[in-house]
This record gives sequence, structure tokens and C-alpha cells, in this order.
Amino acid sequence: MEFDPFILSRIQFALNISFHILFPTITIGLGYFLLFFRIRYTQTKDPHWEFIYAFWVKVFALTFALGVVTGIVMSFQFGTNWPGFMEKVGNIAGPLLGYEVLTAFFLEASFLGIMLFGRQRVSNRLHLIATAIVTLGTTLSAFWILSLNSWMQTPTGFTYENGVMIAESWSAVIFNPSFPYRFAHMMVASLITASFLVAGVSAWRVLKGVDGPATMKVLKVAIIAAAILTPTQVLLGDLHGLNTLKHQPAKVAAMEGIWETQKGAPLTLFGFPDEDARTTHAAIKIPKLGSFILTHDWDGEIKGLNDFEGKHPPVAPVFWAFRIMVAVGMLMLLVSWACCWQFWRKGSINKLSQRVLFAMTFSGWVAVLAGWYVTEIGRQPWMVTGLVTTAEVVADHTPGILLTTLSAYVAMYAFLLVSYISAIFYMSSKPARSLLHMHNYNLPGKHPEDRAYRPISVSGPPPD
Amino acid sequence: METALPLIFVTVMGFSLLLYVILDGYDLGVGLLLPLASDDEKDVMIASIGPFWDANETWIVMGIGVLLIAFPTAHGIILTKLYLPATIMLLGLILRGVAFDFRVKAGDDKKAMWNRIFFIGSLVASMAQGWMLGSYITGLTGSLTNTVFSILIAFCLPALYCVLGATWLLIKTEGDLFAKAVGWARASVLPMAIGLFFVSIATPMVSSVIAERWFQLPNFIGLMPIPIVSIIALVLLTVLLRRDVDSLRTLNPWFLFICPVIVCLMAALGLAYSIFPDIIIGQMTIWESAAHTSALMFTFYGMCIALPCIIMYTIFIYRVFSGKATALSYD
Ligand code: HDD
Ligand code: HEM
Ligand code: HEM
Repeated sequence: MEFDPFILSRIQFALNISFHILFPTITIGLGYFLLFFRIRYTQTKDPHWEFIYAFWVKVFALTFALGVVTGIVMSFQFGTNWPGFMEKVGNIAGPLLGYEVLTAFFLEASFLGIMLFGRQRVSNRLHLIATAIVTLGTTLSAFWILSLNSWMQTPTGFTYENGVMIAESWSAVIFNPSFPYRFAHMMVASLITASFLVAGVSAWRVLKGVDGPATMKVLKVAIIAAAILTPTQVLLGDLHGLNTLKHQPAKVAAMEGIWETQKGAPLTLFGFPDEDARTTHAAIKIPKLGSFILTHDWDGEIKGLNDFEGKHPPVAPVFWAFRIMVAVGMLMLLVSWACCWQFWRKGSINKLSQRVLFAMTFSGWVAVLAGWYVTEIGRQPWMVTGLVTTAEVVADHTPGILLTTLSAYVAMYAFLLVSYISAIFYMSSKPARSLLHMHNYNLPGKHPEDRAYRPISVSGPPPD
Repeated sequence: METALPLIFVTVMGFSLLLYVILDGYDLGVGLLLPLASDDEKDVMIASIGPFWDANETWIVMGIGVLLIAFPTAHGIILTKLYLPATIMLLGLILRGVAFDFRVKAGDDKKAMWNRIFFIGSLVASMAQGWMLGSYITGLTGSLTNTVFSILIAFCLPALYCVLGATWLLIKTEGDLFAKAVGWARASVLPMAIGLFFVSIATPMVSSVIAERWFQLPNFIGLMPIPIVSIIALVLLTVLLRRDVDSLRTLNPWFLFICPVIVCLMAALGLAYSIFPDIIIGQMTIWESAAHTSALMFTFYGMCIALPCIIMYTIFIYRVFSGKATALSYD
């Protein structure tokens, strides 16, 4: 069998970035949760909040470590696999990546130390500030990298000088047309992913009977957050799609599986796109709804794939990835609202909801990956829309070398993913008490070890 | 500005990579020494680097980042040529970085496994870095002598890291572990010195460009302080380490740590002189590969503000976590 180095390089890059994004998605969102717990503790001095923080900061630390090490792989990838990329657009991509290092990476990495180990060394105030700084750092990371990614989707603000691409206006480069939408959509995606992680793990603790008194409290916070955020995300997604229609109509045609340009296009809910036959088999369609969603007019015209002969992305992966993301989004909406309603009526949620939440612990990852596949595969064959193709910039490694490194990464990532998920559930199976060694709180949970535990000292607010 | 900017950026890159070698060097060194300690001591050793390693590792991201921003062409060529060792180093750094957390979070039965992974990751990463340095010095050509030279450095760099790690532990530990660290420092100084000696001799032999730059008469004398200061630092370290453990306890341990740091600094200066003004030895100068002035200028403004801030809060973090590392724990 012949292996094409171009395809192998792409697979390796896609694998590395897909694995990287799993962890920042959680840390970006979880940072805000931790900040919230910290602020609530500072306001109320209720030790429950301290307990919740103590547990989730551990998950944060583990996730952060995975984000950092896989991120370092990313920073080498551009040179090792896409040397042509930096040669062609380095004058624009370079500074954006540089600002990420200068403004975000050092900030997060330095203050993380205080967040994890500083509880007894600095005041509560400074600890709160450190939490805020780390959270700000993760958001800044997302800001810069998404600015670069959006620029690759919708490039503006550049000119050519002696055949080299340079920036003409940095504000036009950074705030390119798709950036505000992509940034907002990704930030909310991270918050949603973190909400479902928090809710899923807490629901599992309740199911297993190892929950402490604070577990329901944090479960409620996560559910309320999810119930507010998911509709916001649907709205943002819609706006994002309209923006894409304006700038990358070929991508939208592939997402919706619209083969011929038409007025009053239907919305295809489901089907099997077939690029050779140029049709969608077994399609379930709602008449005119496609045009209405995309142009807000029942008879609006939508450009079909026939207008982009040879210059449109592969249809099936984009079509499917889009449907997966939207389906997960709708499911999240349903579940979070149903749970909210139960909380409101009964003050807690039933066993079935707990099981569903547990099953959806990592549903955010599915939606995020699917969303990115829409975005990135939908940009093909371009690396930078309309300017540079992916095939132009690949490094000429032999397939043998690429196959070796690719297998090594696959093995490593499989091992890490299993370790990560099992470590999270191992930590959450521990009794509440063992999570509290940092202070003398009296917050026994339901775990047998907890019940046998008789605190020596009376609980009270911890020393600051 | 057009000629000055590439110079400024190459300086910042060199500075970042030097800081990386020193700072992550002590982290990796502690990882290399880990198997020699008892289980409780392992916890203290990891605690001694816990609050710092992440920021330390960021300096290599910064170094590679500056290479990418300021010298995009060279960035592509160098990293494509160093594909294999770079990938191996990354795999090593991944293992080392995640082991910090997993060893205390994945359950007691798995702790021994993660300790071993911590060591293996540190070893793989530091040897791969030596290999990369070796290939870089020899102009990224893969001839047999050059490969042998790269292998030589792949063995020397871990020794340097062990000295850095052991002297760092002198700052951060007390009691039995302190005594052990003294032993480790004593044992690793000699291999490091021998390694440095051979590398210094071999470098001009494998690279004619470097030989030419060093062995011209006025320059040669002007350059003498570099090897002389290195030798003084090494001798000082050896002499100090000869003292018995109890008198070392009363000595300010930073004196011991500074010695290998000075050696790194001198090596960096020597290397900078050997390479300058090239970015890829004998093939491409920094000006030939520099990015467009507009890109450099834009990054330069940000750097002028951000770098001093980074240095300031780094010092702040070191002060918050100053003193012996006993009470810090990941779980
Ligand atoms: C929790 C995650 C999540 C959820 C529930 C949704 N999305 Fe999303 N979506 C993302 C996470 C995401 C993402 C991973 O964050 C992407 C990839 C790139 C980006 O900016 O956001 C994305 C991309 C993305 C794009 C591609 C835009 C482009 O590349 O040009 C569109 C059109 C939508 N989304 C629309 C939606 C709609 C209509 C949703 C309604 C249910 C929705 N998304 C839910
Ligand atoms: C925001 C920063 C990002 C940048 C700068 C970026 C850059 C790139 C580049 C240079 C390619 C070209 C390689 C190729 O076409 O195969 C690519 C492709 C790809 N990226 Fe991204 N990417 C980013 C984010 C992501 C994320 C977060 C994901 C997934 C979760 C992702 C998934 C993919 C996939 C699947 C491809 C392969 C598309 C294909 O080859 O058909 N990207 N991206
Ligand atoms: C090609 C694209 C990317 C590159 C080159 C890259 C590079 C890196 C590097 C080097 C780190 C480690 C920083 C450290 O040492 O502390 C990192 C971490 C991080 N990255 Fe990425 N990254 C990319 C894509 C993304 C994307 C798409 C996002 C989010 C939208 C993102 C968000 C983050 C965040 C928040 C961190 C902090 C660590 C964490 O939270 O786990 N990165 N990245």
C-alpha cells in the first residue's frame, strides 16, 4: 500500500490539534467556574465553596498539564510539518502566535503555581486574584489563536510587498470578519463543555453515594449555567453560520448539502451525501426552511456546490460533522432545561437525570470536535481561504518517518486519554474528607470512610 | 531598525533558550535523579519543582516562538531537519509533564509506574535535546562524524542537567535528602566536566566554520575568558562540594547552584560567538531569514511591555515559594 506523505502530514496535524483542543476547551471554561467558587467563598465564607474549589482545582491542574504538553507539540508542528506555512504567511501568523506566548502562556503558567500550591502561602485575596489571572490567561490564549485561525478563514488587512504577504492594518488582521463570531462561539463552547463535565462528575458522585453535602450545590450551579449557555450557543451558532455564508459560501453549501443553486432551498435534516452522483440519498427535507434560516427569507437564494466546481470542500464529512454538533447542542438544551425544571420543582434531580448527565460528561468534546471539523475541513482545499492551498506548504518527509511518528502519537494519546478519564473518576470516587486535608472542615460525606470519621476540632472559617 | 531588529530578536531567542536550559534543566535533572530517592523523598523532590516547571517549560515555547516569528524560513528548515529528535523530545516532555499530576491522582497502585514514567520522560527529553543541539552545531548535515558528535552531546546534556538538579535540591531540601543530593552533585560534576571538555574539543573539529571563527589570533585571545571562567566555576563547585555535608548545610546553597549556571552562560556565549551572524551555520544569516520589518516591529512593541512584566512576576513567584519544599503537594 502506498502512503501519501501529504495525507499523512494532514492526519498527524489533525490528530495533534484535535487532541490538544480537548484540554484547553475544559480549562478555559473550568477557570470561570473556579473563579465563581472562589468569589462565592470570599463572599459567604461557606466552607462548601472551599470544598468544591479544592476538588475542581485538581481536575483543572490535571487538564491544564495535558493542555500544556500537547500545546508544546503544536508550537513545533508548524515547523516540522508545514514549513511552507510560515514562509508564506509568517509575517502575519508569527506575531499573532508571538502575542499568545507573551501575553497568555507565561501568565497562566506562572500563576498556576499559586493557584495549586499557594493556598497557605498567600492571602485569600491574592489567591482569588491568581485564579482570576489564570482564567484571564486561558481566555487570552483563545483570543490570539482564534484570531489567527479566523484570519486563515477570512483573511483581511494584508498587502503584498515584493511578492511577500505583509500586514497592512493589524487591527484588520486581528479583528477579521469571522473572528468575533468564532471567539464568542468557542468561549461559550468551552463554558458548556465545562458545565457538562462538572454536572456529569457530580451526578456520578451522587449515584455512587460518595457525595458530600456540597455535591448537589455544584451540580445545580453547573445545570443552571448549561441551561443559560446552550440557547445562547444556538443563537451564536446561527449568527456564525450567517457570517460564514457571507464569506465562505462553499462551506455552507457543503454543510447543508445543497448541490444546485436555488431559491427557497429546503433544510436537509438527514441523508447520505454522494459527491459522485451529486445528490443526497435518503434525504429528509423540510421545504424552504434552509433558505429561511440562512437568509431569513422563505424564498432567498442559496448558492449550491455547482457554483464552486473543484473548489469546494469534501461534502460528506462537513455535512455529517455539522449535524453531529447541532444534534449534541439540541440534546444539551433539552437535558439542561429538564434538569433545571426538576431543580425548580423539587430541589433535586431524579435518578434518570443523574444517569443521563453522567452519560453526557464529555458530550462537550464531541460537539467541539465536530464543530472544528466543520470549520477546518470546510476550508479545504485552502489553507488560507482563496490565497494559499494546503498542498503548497507541506514538508517532504518520507512516509516511513511520518508513519512512525504518527503511530507513536496515536499510542501516546490513547494511553493519556484513558489515564485522564480514569484519573478523574478515581479522584471523584474518593471520600469527601480526603479532599479536605487542607483545612479542618467538618463536612462528612456518605462514603464509609467519611462516616467513620470524627473530626477533632470544631469547624469554622479557615485562617486567612 | 531594519538591521537592528533581527539582532534584537536573535538575542531574545538566545536568552529564552539559555533560560530554558537552566530552568527546565534543573526540572529535568530532578527527574533524572528521581529513581535514586526513597518514596517519601520522591514526593519532596517533585514538590521542589512543582510550582515552577510549567513556567520553566514555557521558555522553550518562547524560544521556538521567536524563531518562528522573526526567522520563519530558518524555523521551517531547522525543524524539518530536526524532525525526528524534536518529535522524540516532545514525546518525552509529554510524559514528564503529565506524570507530575498523574502520580498523585491516578491512584496509589499506579504511583510507582508514574514515577518511572517521570524518569523516562526526563531522560528521553534531555537526550533528544542534546541530539538536537549536536545536529544544529554541525550544520544539520547527517554525516557519520556529525552523528557521532550528536550522540556525544546527547549523553553530556543529561549530566549537566543532573548537576543543575542536584544543586537545586540543595536549595530546596534538608535532612537526609540534602545529604543525598550532595552525593548526587559530587557524582555528576565529573561526567559533566569531561563531557564539556570533549564537546569543546570536538566542536571545532566537526565544524570548519566554527574552527575558523575561534582560531584567528586576536579573536582567540579575546575569547579566552569564556573557557577560563567556565573552568573557574567548575573548580569552585568541585572544591565546595568536597566539604562535609554538615558544613555545606550552613553554606548559602545558591553559591553551589550558581556554578553550573555560570557554565551554561559561558557555553551559551561561546556558542553564540561560534554561530553569529548565521542562523543556520554556514548556510543562512539572520538577516537573510528575517521576517518583514512590519511583523518584527509589531511584535517588538508587545515584547517591550510583556518581557519586563514576565520577568517581574517570575521573580514574585519564586519569592512566594522560596524556602525549603516540604509542605507542597499536588493532591
Ligand atoms: C459545545 C460546543 C458547541 C455547540 C453545542 C455548538 N457548537 Fe457550533 N462550533 C463549536 C462548538 C459548538 C466550536 C468547536 O467551537 C466551533 C468550531 C470553530 C468555532 O468557531 O466554533 C463551531 C463551529 C460552528 C460553525 C462553523 C463556522 C465556520 O467555520 O465558519 C457553525 C455554522 C456553527 N458552529 C453553528 C452552530 C449551531 C447552529 C449550533 C446549534 C445547536 C452549534 N453550532 C452548537
Ligand atoms: C485555532 C487554531 C488552529 C489553527 C491555526 C489551525 C490550523 C490548521 C492548519 C494549518 C491546517 C492544515 C492542515 C490540513 O489541512 O490538514 C488545519 C487542518 C485541520 N484542522 Fe485546524 N487549526 C486550528 C484549530 C483546530 C482545532 C481546534 C481542530 C479540532 C478540534 C482542528 C482540526 C483540524 C482538522 C481536522 C484539519 C484537517 C482538515 C483536512 O485536512 O481535511 N483545527 N488546521
Ligand atoms: C495551531 C494552534 C495552536 C498552537 C500552536 C498552540 C500552542 C500551545 C502551547 C505551546 C501551549 C502551552 C503553553 C504553556 O506552556 O503554558 C498551549 C496551551 C493552551 N492552548 Fe493552545 N495551541 C493551539 C491551538 C489552540 C486552540 C485552538 C485553543 C483554544 C481555542 C488553544 C488554547 C490554549 C489554552 C487555553 C492553553 C493553556 C493550557 C490549557 O489550558 O490546557 N490552543 N497551546
